[in-house]
Amino acid sequence: MSEQRRSVAIHVPVLARVEGEGALDLRIDDGAITELRLRIFEPPRFFEKFLEGHHYSEIPDMVARICGICPVAYQVTAAQALEKLFGVELDPWARAMRRVFYCGEWIQSHSLHIHLLAAPDFFGCNSAIELAKIAPDDVRRGLRIQALGNELMDLFGARSVHPVGVRIGGFHGAPPLARIREVREKLRAALPEAEALVRWTAGIAVPQDDQVFVSVAMQHPTGYAIETGGIAASDGLLIDAGGFDAHFAERHEAHSTALFSAYHGQPYLVGPLARLNLNHAHLPERVRALLAETGLALPSRNLFHSLVARAVEILLALHEALRLLDAYRVPDSPWVAVTPRAGVATGCTEAPRGLLWHRYEMDDDGRVLSARIVPPTSQNQARIEEDLRLSLLSFGLDQPDDALRLHCEKVIRNYDPCISCATHFLRMNVERG
Amino acid sequence: MMTSVRKPRVAVHKFSSCDGCQLALLNLGEDLLALAERVELVHFAEAGPLDPESDVDVAFVEGSVSTPEDIERIQQVRRHSRFLIPIGACATAGGIQALRNGANGAQWVAQIYSHPEAIASLAHSTPISGHVNVDFELWGCPVNSRQMLAVVNSLLLGVAPHDNADKVCTECKRHGYPCVLVSRGVACMGPVTRAGCGALCPSLGRDCYGCYGPAENANTDALAAQFERQGLTPQAVMQRFQSVNNQAPVFLAAADKAGMPRDE
Repeated sequence: MSEQRRSVAIHVPVLARVEGEGALDLRIDDGAITELRLRIFEPPRFFEKFLEGHHYSEIPDMVARICGICPVAYQVTAAQALEKLFGVELDPWARAMRRVFYCGEWIQSHSLHIHLLAAPDFFGCNSAIELAKIAPDDVRRGLRIQALGNELMDLFGARSVHPVGVRIGGFHGAPPLARIREVREKLRAALPEAEALVRWTAGIAVPQDDQVFVSVAMQHPTGYAIETGGIAASDGLLIDAGGFDAHFAERHEAHSTALFSAYHGQPYLVGPLARLNLNHAHLPERVRALLAETGLALPSRNLFHSLVARAVEILLALHEALRLLDAYRVPDSPWVAVTPRAGVATGCTEAPRGLLWHRYEMDDDGRVLSARIVPPTSQNQARIEEDLRLSLLSFGLDQPDDALRLHCEKVIRNYDPCISCATHFLRMNVERG
Repeated sequence: MMTSVRKPRVAVHKFSSCDGCQLALLNLGEDLLALAERVELVHFAEAGPLDPESDVDVAFVEGSVSTPEDIERIQQVRRHSRFLIPIGACATAGGIQALRNGANGAQWVAQIYSHPEAIASLAHSTPISGHVNVDFELWGCPVNSRQMLAVVNSLLLGVAPHDNADKVCTECKRHGYPCVLVSRGVACMGPVTRAGCGALCPSLGRDCYGCYGPAENANTDALAAQFERQGLTPQAVMQRFQSVNNQAPVFLAAADKAGMPRDE
C-alpha cells in the first residue's frame, strides 16, 4: 500500500527537437493519470493585433514571420484569402507556381522533421548528428532532399526562410527557363531517393496503437489538396473556408499561450496522417503503388504512421513539382493588378503541419481592420493531450519515468508541433502520488 | 608529441522568435555534419543537444526578450558564454513583435486570451543588447547560412568577424540590378538598409523592406522625402519604417518623424 502511494516527481527541463517552447505536466496517482497538460510557453507575439492598420500589400511579408519553417503556408493563405475578396483571377501560371512553391515547403519541412527531429528517437540517438554516425547514407539523403525543397522555395522567393516573392495577384518575378531546367533535372534525380526514403521510414519499427479520432484535411475533387480545396472531415463534413466558424471553435486554456480548437466540441487531427487518411486515393499512381508495397493500411488510427506519411507526401510533392514544371513557360506578367475592396476575406491551405485558416476584415483602402489566424498546432493541441493519455495507458504507467518521458516525447513529435506557430516549449513534470 | 586541440563549444539559444534564424544552421545540409566535426554543439534544443547551463565559447542567441523569465535567462546565457552573438532582427532590434511596444499590450492580451492573467508577457519586446553586453551582432530577418558560417570561421581562426554595415544599394550595383526606386518608382528601403542579403527583393523587381535593419549613416530624412514625392501618404511613409526592425533606433526615429503632424 505504502509502496503504491510512493510519490514520484520528475522534472525534465526542455523538450528537444520541437519547433518552439512547450512543457508537459504529468501527474500519476495510485496508478492513474490525474493530470496531463501540454503547456505551451512560447511568448505571445500578437500578430493578429499588429496587422491592424497595415496595407494588404504588406501582409505576405508580415505573416511569414509567424514561422520560419512554414512561411510559405502563411504567405499563400493570406494572399489567396485576399485575392478571393478582391475578386482577382490569377493567371494559370501563378496558380500552378503557387503549388510548386508550396511543394518546396512540404519537402523542406517534412525532411527536416523526419531526419532532424523525429527519426533519432527510433534509433536511440539524441540528434541527427548522432544518427548520421549509425545511418550516414540515410541522413545525408534526407539532408539532400531538404536542400531541394529549399531550392524550390528559393526559385520563387529568392530565399527559403521568409521568401520575398509572393504578392497579392501572383508573384513579383518569374524564374527564367534555364533555371527551371536545372531544377527539373534535380527533381527527376530525387524521385528514386524519395522512394528509398519512403521504404526506409516504413521499415522503422514503431509502436502499435489504435485510437479513434476525427481527421480533418482539405479535399479537392481532382488532386491531393495542398493549396486549394474545401475543408473535409472523416465523418463526412465538407465545407468551404468561409464555413469554418460554424463547425470549429477556439478556446483559451490558462496553461497555454496557444488557443485550443475543437470540432463540434471534440479534439481532432490535422496534418500529414489526416491528409493521407482522407486523400490517399488522389495520390499519383506510382506513389500509391509504393504505399501499397509498404503495407500501410489506410485510414490509419496509429499516429506513429505520421513518419511514413511525411515521406509519402515528400514523394508526392516531388512528383507534383515536376509535373507542373515540365509544363513551365515564362509568363507575360507574373502578377495581375489588384483593386482592394472592403469586406471579410477567409482562406485556408494545408501547411506542412495541417490546416491553416486565415480571416481578414478589410476596409475600402485595403487596410486590415481585424485579423484571425488559426494555425495547425493549436488545432492539434487537444488531440495531442488526448493521444498522450491513451498512449500512456497502452504503454503502461508502471514503466520507469525515463521510458514514460521518452514515450511522451515521441507521441508529441508525431504531430511535429510548431510551437512558434501556435505561439510555443517542452518541459515535463511527472508527479506520482 | 600529439596534442589534442579542444573543439570550440557552441550553444544556440532561443527567445521570442519564429525559429527561422536557427534554420541558417539546420538548413546547412551536409555542411551541418561538417560543422559538427569542427565545433561541439553543446546546446541547441531544436537540433537535440540540451545543456543550457554549461560554459561555451560562443553562444548564438535568436529571439527577443519579451517575458519576465527571459530577463533572467539572458543573464545566465551571458554568464556562461565567452562570446555572445545575437542573430536576427528579433535579437538585434526586438523583431516584428516589437510593434506592440507602442500599443496597449494589456488590452491586446485581453482581446486574444480569455485568461489574460495566465499570460506572462512584458509590455515591450526588446533586443538582447538592451539587457547584456553583446560581442557581435548579426542582422537580418532571417540571417542566412553564409553569414553564420563566416562568423564561425572567423572565430575558429581567431579573428574579429567582418561587419558589413554598407547599404543594400551597393549590392544592387555589384549585381547589376536596375534600381527599382528610380526605374519602377517603388518605395524601396535599400538606400537606408544594411547589406547582407544580396539585394534579394530588387532581384525580383520589388522594393526592399528593410529586413536587415538600418545601414550606417542612413539618410532616412532624404528617403522619406523621396517617398512623399512618389505619392506615399505620411502614414504609408511611417509604415515603411515599421517593419521587422521597427525598434532599431534609426528606423524608430524615422517612423516617429514621418508620423508627426507638420506645418505645410
